[in-house]
Amino acid sequence: MSAQTDFRDRQFLAVIGDEDSVTGLLLAGIGHVTPPPDNQKNFLVVDNKTDNAAIEAAFDKFSTERKDIAIILINQHVADRIRHRIDTYTAAFPTVLEIPSKDHPYDPEKDSVLRRIRRLFGE
Amino acid sequence: MSGAGDREPVFPTRQSLGLMKAKLKGAETGHNLLKRKSEALTNPNTVPEITRRIDEAKRKMGRVMQIASLSLAEVTYAVGGNIGYQIQESAKSARFRVRAKQENVSGVLLPAFEAYQTEGNNDFAMTGLGKGGQQVQRCRETYARAVEALVELASLQTAFVILDEVIKVVNRRVNAIEHVIIPRTENTIKYINSELDELDREEFYRLKKVANKKQRDTAAADAEMKKKNAEREANGEKHKAPEVDDSTPADILQAEGDEDIIF
Repeated sequence: MSAQTDFRDRQFLAVIGDEDSVTGLLLAGIGHVTPPPDNQKNFLVVDNKTDNAAIEAAFDKFSTERKDIAIILINQHVADRIRHRIDTYTAAFPTVLEIPSKDHPYDPEKDSVLRRIRRLFGE
Repeated sequence: MSGAGDREPVFPTRQSLGLMKAKLKGAETGHNLLKRKSEALTNPNTVPEITRRIDEAKRKMGRVMQIASLSLAEVTYAVGGNIGYQIQESAKSARFRVRAKQENVSGVLLPAFEAYQTEGNNDFAMTGLGKGGQQVQRCRETYARAVEALVELASLQTAFVILDEVIKVVNRRVNAIEHVIIPRTENTIKYINSELDELDREEFYRLKKVANKKQRDTAAADAEMKKKNAEREANGEKHKAPEVDDSTPADILQAEGDEDIIF
């Protein structure tokens, strides 16, 4: 499987979320900006003014373009805004992980992976 | 009869019959093995175990993230303003990275992420320098723990996704062999057998015809002979040998000057 060969150079986490989640995760030290020529950040702050196209573009960039990202953390309420993209995303790398945010408690019903699990067991 | 069902495009010969039989046997062995692999992958010790752990980890993540955002609120309160912008600007190089290693489950390589922290680069040395430094420190630790939990969850999730994919592929193969390849090979064998039988019958019929013809010819020759004899008897030539002189058979070794054969 080709997916199993390219995960060795994946070493960063990426985050798409509201300001508080991003701030906290950056504090933990996951933030990374690539060297000057392109200056790509591995995080995106989403607020009410961010439109869905921007979120989608960031998601695409993290999931398909960049080859150094192993895990994409995305706030669940942000994931809801691009739900169709998350649900159709089936690749193993990078892993998409929906995380709760401060204002939006975590709802296991919406999680794409948990839904897949349930489908696997035919519930 | 021979055209019924799907079959492979082969000539009905004994050789291809042998090939088909070998293929059928191979397909059956493969089917058995794949079925066992599929059962091994879906057995109660791997997939349900992983899903249970994912479920657990997701719930744990909910709690951890809650604690973490609480500590961030503390920081905001202590620093007396939003530090988000400052942090986003000062993030340069990741201190927290992941490494992937492999784990083998029933012949499937599952990657597992492992979080590690690189030493010596701290992008946020200045954060909270004025006030709230302690809270910032605590918040960092809390979030670091949260991220560790998240990484663990992510590796479980990746394992599940890959396993799910592999199970699907294996099941698809099992079904393909069971419902397409085996019936088709069986059909082909049946077809070859029927064609070979047909050939056998044809051959038998032909031989019978040849035998019949020969019999008829001898019968005709006999009848001719009898008729001749009867005629001769009627002519009154009693017991005279029919025009054959009783001298010794010609000695073939004594060359009598054969006629030259000219092509």
